[in-house]
Amino acid sequence: MEIVVLVKQVPATDQVKIDPERGTMIRENIESELNPLDLFAVEEAVRLKERLDGEANINVLSMGPAKAVKTVRDALARGCDQGWLLSDRKFAGADTWSTSFTLASAIEKLVPGCDLILCGERATDGDTGQVGPMVATFLGLPVLSFVSAVERLDQGALAARREVEGGSELVQCPLPALLSVVKAINHPRLPNLAGKRRAKAAEVPVVTAEQLELPVEKLGLKGSPTRVVKVSKSQLSRQGRILNLEDDPTAAVEALVAFFTSPPSAPEA
Amino acid sequence: MSNQLDQYRGVWTLAEVRQGKIHPVSFELLAWGQSLAQKLGVELASVVLGSGVGDQVDQLIAHGADKVYLADDPALLDFGVEPQAGILTDLIKQHKPEVLLGSATTTGRTLLPVLAITLTTGLTADCTGLDIDLTERLLIQTRPAIGGNVMATIKTPTGRPQMATVRPKSKRPLAADPARSGEVIKVELGPEQLASRVKRLEFTPEETVGAPLQDAEVIVACGKGLKDVKNLKLVTELTEILGGSLGATRKAIDLGWLSYSHQIGLSGKTVSPKLYLGCGVSGAVQHLAGITSAEKIAAINSDPEAAIFQVADLGVVGDLFQALPLLVERLKQNTEGSAS
Ligand SMILES: Cc1cc2nc3c(=O)[nH]c(=O)nc-3n(C[C@H](O)[C@H](O)[C@H](O)COP(=O)(O)OP(=O)(O)OC[C@H]3O[C@@H](n4cnc5c(N)ncnc54)[C@H](O)[C@@H]3O)c2cc1C
Repeated sequence: MEIVVLVKQVPATDQVKIDPERGTMIRENIESELNPLDLFAVEEAVRLKERLDGEANINVLSMGPAKAVKTVRDALARGCDQGWLLSDRKFAGADTWSTSFTLASAIEKLVPGCDLILCGERATDGDTGQVGPMVATFLGLPVLSFVSAVERLDQGALAARREVEGGSELVQCPLPALLSVVKAINHPRLPNLAGKRRAKAAEVPVVTAEQLELPVEKLGLKGSPTRVVKVSKSQLSRQGRILNLEDDPTAAVEALVAFFTSPPSAPEA
Repeated sequence: MSNQLDQYRGVWTLAEVRQGKIHPVSFELLAWGQSLAQKLGVELASVVLGSGVGDQVDQLIAHGADKVYLADDPALLDFGVEPQAGILTDLIKQHKPEVLLGSATTTGRTLLPVLAITLTTGLTADCTGLDIDLTERLLIQTRPAIGGNVMATIKTPTGRPQMATVRPKSKRPLAADPARSGEVIKVELGPEQLASRVKRLEFTPEETVGAPLQDAEVIVACGKGLKDVKNLKLVTELTEILGGSLGATRKAIDLGWLSYSHQIGLSGKTVSPKLYLGCGVSGAVQHLAGITSAEKIAAINSDPEAAIFQVADLGVVGDLFQALPLLVERLKQNTEGSAS
């Protein structure tokens, strides 16, 4: 079985710093990592391969700047067999539409006859969750989103559980298909030493727009239907009232009661 | 603006049907839709796909829809992305709305990305603000990004319809006006439009305290400070008295105290309650990412330096094992009537 895992390099979630003036992300000296939500997709691919007694080949694909090769190697260290980095100035500034177009085209070229595509529910930086369903649609494949368990996987079909509001649904679909997975699906293991060695030695081809024969008008910023026109820092911090329970338990409890019993009115958005 | 874009007129919202009922999140979308349609001077339409929902379309009209497109068929009983995307693609190509809004629920976040590809247009995820730039006749979409650290404003200059998923609870529905009238248009469906490669085998309802977190008005969240699963009853009791829903941090989930559906944050759910209370929750950035659109935040934490106090409207520094029983007692007095 040919499996593809899509991964993205993102800034480490505990290191995000915002320029208070401009509202843009400060990128200097920020550590990047494999999108933590993609770790579940990588781990699931490895587990499915184990379930298939090793009868699978796991291809990992990422689109990003040259340094994102580190992310591909991280996925290789965790058990993926083969990796590619799609990297080209022409891909820069892509929104979810043109990212998905590029990834889908690359899958068609690099892994023809792929049976299963896995990706994380969303990336922690863009936070859209759109790329999975969009890639599936470009490829004409069924998409199962918010997957928390793959209950059955045969040659031609799979059954998976989706986490939705108020419960979960078990669905089945034929292969090839794309699954976007949530954290509940597994507990990712750390890469072992052998994996790290293999990843370090592995060749990770850098694939360009020209090699994929992609039309430039559909790539990067040029190919993106959406435009970010402004970014500003959000007002997350609030000047709240802080009370000490020990100093005056009654006052603290009354304040909590008031919090719940005289609720604020909804904003007139 | 080119002629081609000028052919697109009108604002559409996608109604969401869950377990055979039009979900109130559909009315929130209509409230957004109406403010946009008024600014643009166009009609507001809602599309509903389901089975046996025909007698509920009045609710959409009462909440602001001028027109309702109704696709009703037993095959549409459960949400299926393939038939829904196919039917909507055809309808949108035929009627050409300039704006299409869906909810940022598991349904909308699956369906709209598919439509963005079939219709070759842009899609903005999880918006908390929408407006119209009249000079260019463009939708202005605002959304939190990078873990809620920034607000990004996004436009779709050339794609049509301009599409967005909208965060639930980002706007209050308009009061229902049963006297409003509107047109209901039945959508003719062919068998090929109802085909789906994905089949639902079963639905397992999740047992949670209160409504699903995304629908909750009041959320009590517990963190590792609760120390042991035995102590869960402390927060459960409070949640029930408040008529709220129970949430948790990733640590509480990973300790096995509650199922994943309770997790709030970056790798869990984004919630927008009116009131959120964190009990023994430190306020890690990854947790806060899920509560940035809570209206009011309160916290009980024994550590005065806990990060959650920086985002709290009300903070109580102290032992939750002392505070919670006192709070529960006091609230019980309240509900028993005569007091206060
Ligand atoms: C990629 C990534 C994704 C993540 N996603 C999420 C996510 O989606 N959601 C999430 O929640 N976390 C997430 N995390 C984890 C996050 O970083 C924190 O570890 C987690 O939120 C902390 O949970 P906590 O507040 O329960 O525990 P802790 O940080 O251990 O805090 C416990 C708190 O309880 C207080 N306390 C202890 N005893 C008492 C007492 N008797 N009375 C009152 N207070 C007491 C302590 O002072 C402390 O502040 C993620 C992390 C990463 C790296």
